[in-house]
Order: sequence, then C-alpha cells, then structure tokens
Amino acid sequence: MSTPGSLQLVTSRSRIKEALLATLFFACAIVAVLGVALIFAFVAYMAFPVITEIGFLDFIFGTRWSASSGEFGILPFIVGSFVVTLGALVIGAPLAVMTAVFLSELAPPKLRAWVRPAVELLAGIPSVVYGFFGVVVVAPIVARLWGGVGFGPLTAWIILAVMIVPTIATLTEDALGSIPMGSREASFAMGATQWQTIYKVVLPAAKLGIIDAIILGMGRAIGETMAVLMVVGNAPQLFAGITAPIATLTSQIVLDMGYATGTHRTALFGMGAILFIISMALVLTVRLVARFGRAHG
Amino acid sequence: MTDSVITSNAIKIGHTSYNNPLVQSGEDATFFVRNLDFWYGDFNALTDVSLDIKKKEITAFIGPSGCGKSTLLRCLNRMNDLIAGTKVEGTVLFENANIYGPSVDPVDLRRRVGMIFQQPNPFPQSIYDNVAYGPRLQGVKKKAALDDIVEHALDKANIWKEVKDNLGKNGLALSGGQQQRLCIARVLAVQPEVILMDEPCSAIDPTSVQKIEDLMAEIKDQVTIVIVTHNMQQAARVSDTTSFFLQEVAGEPAILVESGPTSEMFTNPSDRRTEDYITGRFG
Repeated sequence: MSTPGSLQLVTSRSRIKEALLATLFFACAIVAVLGVALIFAFVAYMAFPVITEIGFLDFIFGTRWSASSGEFGILPFIVGSFVVTLGALVIGAPLAVMTAVFLSELAPPKLRAWVRPAVELLAGIPSVVYGFFGVVVVAPIVARLWGGVGFGPLTAWIILAVMIVPTIATLTEDALGSIPMGSREASFAMGATQWQTIYKVVLPAAKLGIIDAIILGMGRAIGETMAVLMVVGNAPQLFAGITAPIATLTSQIVLDMGYATGTHRTALFGMGAILFIISMALVLTVRLVARFGRAHG
Repeated sequence: MTDSVITSNAIKIGHTSYNNPLVQSGEDATFFVRNLDFWYGDFNALTDVSLDIKKKEITAFIGPSGCGKSTLLRCLNRMNDLIAGTKVEGTVLFENANIYGPSVDPVDLRRRVGMIFQQPNPFPQSIYDNVAYGPRLQGVKKKAALDDIVEHALDKANIWKEVKDNLGKNGLALSGGQQQRLCIARVLAVQPEVILMDEPCSAIDPTSVQKIEDLMAEIKDQVTIVIVTHNMQQAARVSDTTSFFLQEVAGEPAILVESGPTSEMFTNPSDRRTEDYITGRFG
C-alpha cells in the first residue's frame, strides 16, 4: 500500500491518546453505576439477617415497632412514606407544572426574569430550614385549623410540596421549552386560543418530559429526611388521618440510627433496603408507563 | 404615492380610496392593504405597502431575502402579534373589516385565514388527530363527521392515498414533503377562506412540491391563496398575481415595488428593479 504524501498518518501516539480518553470517560460513567450497585449490595448484606432474626413477612407487614420489646414491624413506616410522598405530589406536582407553564408560555419576559430565579432558589434552601419553617409557621396553623398538635402528614405534605416544586418546575419548563415554536404557531394559526394551544398541543407534546420531572420530584419526596422528620410527628403508627402523627422510613432510620444495636440496627438496614427497592420500583413503573404511552400514544 | 386618504400614523378603520388605481373593484379584493408600515422594535421593516389581494386567486410575493414579504404575509392573519415588540400601522381590511380594529379577535381571524409555514410543523400526534385538530376546536365531536372531514381534507391535500391505511401513525414520522401536505390538510379541514403560505416548498422534496402546486391549482376556486416564494419559476407557474418586494438599502425599510398580473410581471415588468430581479441580476 502506498501512502499519499500530503496526508498525515495516524501516529501510534495519537491512537493511544484516543484510547486512553475513551477509557477515562467510560471509567467515569462506571463509577456512578458501581456506586449504586455497591451501596445496594452493602445495605442488602447488612439487612439480610432481618429474614432470619425477624422474619421477612413479620418485618414488612408487622404494625408494631418497639425496639425495647424487640418488635420490628415496619408497615407503619412504609405506609407513612407512601402517604407523605403521594400527598406531596398531589399538592406539589400541579403547582409545579402550572408554574412551569406560566414561566414558559405566559409570563412576560420581565416577570419571568424575576420568578424563575425565585423558583430555582427554592431548591437551594437546606431542608433543615424547610423543616424549621414547618415547625415554627406551618404546624401552628395546621393545629389551629385542623386540630391536633400540628405535626403529621398534612404539615409534611405542605412542606414537601414546596420542596419539590423547583425540581418539577424547572424540568417541566425545560420540557416545554424543547417543544418547537412551530407547533405553537401552527396551533395559533388554526385559530386556537392560548389556552387551547397549551392544553391540546404543548402539554401533550411535553408529556414524557413532564412525567420524568414528576418522577424526579417523587424521588426527592420519598428520600427527603430532615424536613419530614421535623414535622411529621414521629409516631410509629399507621396513617390515621391528616393530622395524626406518623413516621416514614427515612425519618425513623435517622431517629434510631444513633443508638440502635443488634437486631434493631439490622432492622434499620432492612428499612433502607426497602426504601431503595420502593424508589427503584416507582421509577421503573413510571418509566414503563411512559414507554407504553409512547408506543401507543 | 397617490393615496393620501388614509394616514399611516395610526391603526384605524380604513376608508376605501376609490381614486386609488390599486383598487380595481372592491368586490373581488379579499385583503385591502393601505399604507402599511411594520416595525420590529425600532426597525421599520416595511413601509407604505398598499395592495389588494384578489378573491379566489393565487397571489405570489417575491423578492430577495429580507424584503419583508413573509412579514407582510404574517400581518394578514396577525401572526406577528405573537412576536413581542412588533407594531403595525396603516390599514388592513379583510372582507371589508379592519383586522387591526380595537375589538377584533385575532383568534377568529386566524380561523378564517389559515397558514402554512416554511418548516412543516405537524403536531407530535397521529395523522388523524392533526387533521381533526381544527374541527375539534370548533366543536365537532361526532366520530363519523370527523372521519369525513379528515378524509376529505387529506384527499384535497393530495396525501390521502399515501396515509389512508396509517391514520394512527405519528405525523412526525412522515417525510418532510408528506408533513407539509399533512399541514395543508390540517388547514383545509377548517375550511378557511384564505390560506397564507410562507415558502411552503423550500424545505421539501420535488415530488411533494409538484403535488402541492397541483393541489393549489385544484383548490383555488374555493380559497384565496397568498404564497411567499423564493422560487421565481414557482411564482410564474402557480400565481395569477405577483407582488415584488425589495429592500433597496440595508437597514432601510423594504417596499412593494410593484404588483400586477403574473404574466405581465414576468414578461413585461413596468419597473426596472423588477426586471433586474426576475432576470437574475440580483437577489
């Protein structure tokens, strides 16, 4: 084979450099995956004795939690986590999506320049500050209006709803922003009103992005610990009304972590593993639903 | 300019200026434009445009890039309202009603004056839902009625044969030329009186261009069509009337140089600048 004189040849040095770079980037990607896998493996390993010491079904479906008398049923916490997360989503997701629609479709540029950073700022407030706000401001109001001590699901919903708004709103706004202007123009040119355009063209087109945004908000809500711990009441009992104190998987782990030993400690790892599985399952379910929607929509 | 009846410093109900040579007959003009000036912010993009667009004819707007022809087109259904900082002065009458009048609802205007864009822009929905969009907005709910409208519109838009077995397919999965014909079907489904086409053929394949030109000829006894095109052969082939726009100096507003029957404009233009453009001396 002859080599054309004017073309530079690939040197082995540049080839090695390319290969090294590719490997480096691959390694970085692997770190994230490995991190998840290792954490899960560790938690599962630590939690494994739950099955032998407590019994899997007693652990999952037991309704009594009392470390001193050796009872470790975590159903109240599982229910508590679901109640707190779903309630926060029911309040927070519409609020966030409407905020995003306002910012993306309706707000005059000057107002948007003010509102958007304010919404983003919500994400930067430490969760302990949200919790403190809940204790000092929201809980007394809830107590006055609905009775009880003010610590319970309703207070947690309100605080968590505000906490997940920036996550859902900014991601939804990105999804709306990625809808081509042409779609909106086409709708307006057909004699659609602004509302019809948003409702019938823009939102359906951004559906998958919005679902993704809500999943991430849900992940944030189910994993949130400190703010929930401060306002939820921390009573290891089943959900019994919007003002009756409950506890969640996360809040109970934090409460007991400092002093738990033996089976109690194992139970906490078990709760961590369950939390892990629940949030993975939620994400997978919603993704499957979205994929189904994409294939059949 | 001979037209001095209408002042160009305000949007107001216009008065027909019968001594204006551009008004040939008030009856057959769908659009009556007088002394129109258009601004994007501080930039005066078009100035002193006066022309009539005749009913059930095809009018072509030609001219080099940046000559304001798309801008004028978008004035006719108030699409420029969607762009912040734009301003229109002068008179635009549609069927003798001032479309920039204080209480005119642009939504109603756009129902009657449809638009096709340069980039095909079907909604990311099924072909059927795309075409049914307008009728549904207008309250048509019965399946049989919608089916009928959808088939009829797709047929008129010369795309029915290609898609009739795949009406559930996403509109975006079609080729560019098919998407554009789908968009035409979507507009036809609401039976507009006018269709504005903003360079509808510049981004699509030649076969679809042919089909679109054919369908334009077929529907022009029912709708008035205004087409902006960069392709002078296309203007010559499809249009009855041609209007030539030109921005003579960069940064200055563009003007309507002349407007007339297409055959005359292309064989014997009265303005030297039109002749230069048509014979390819600039643009």
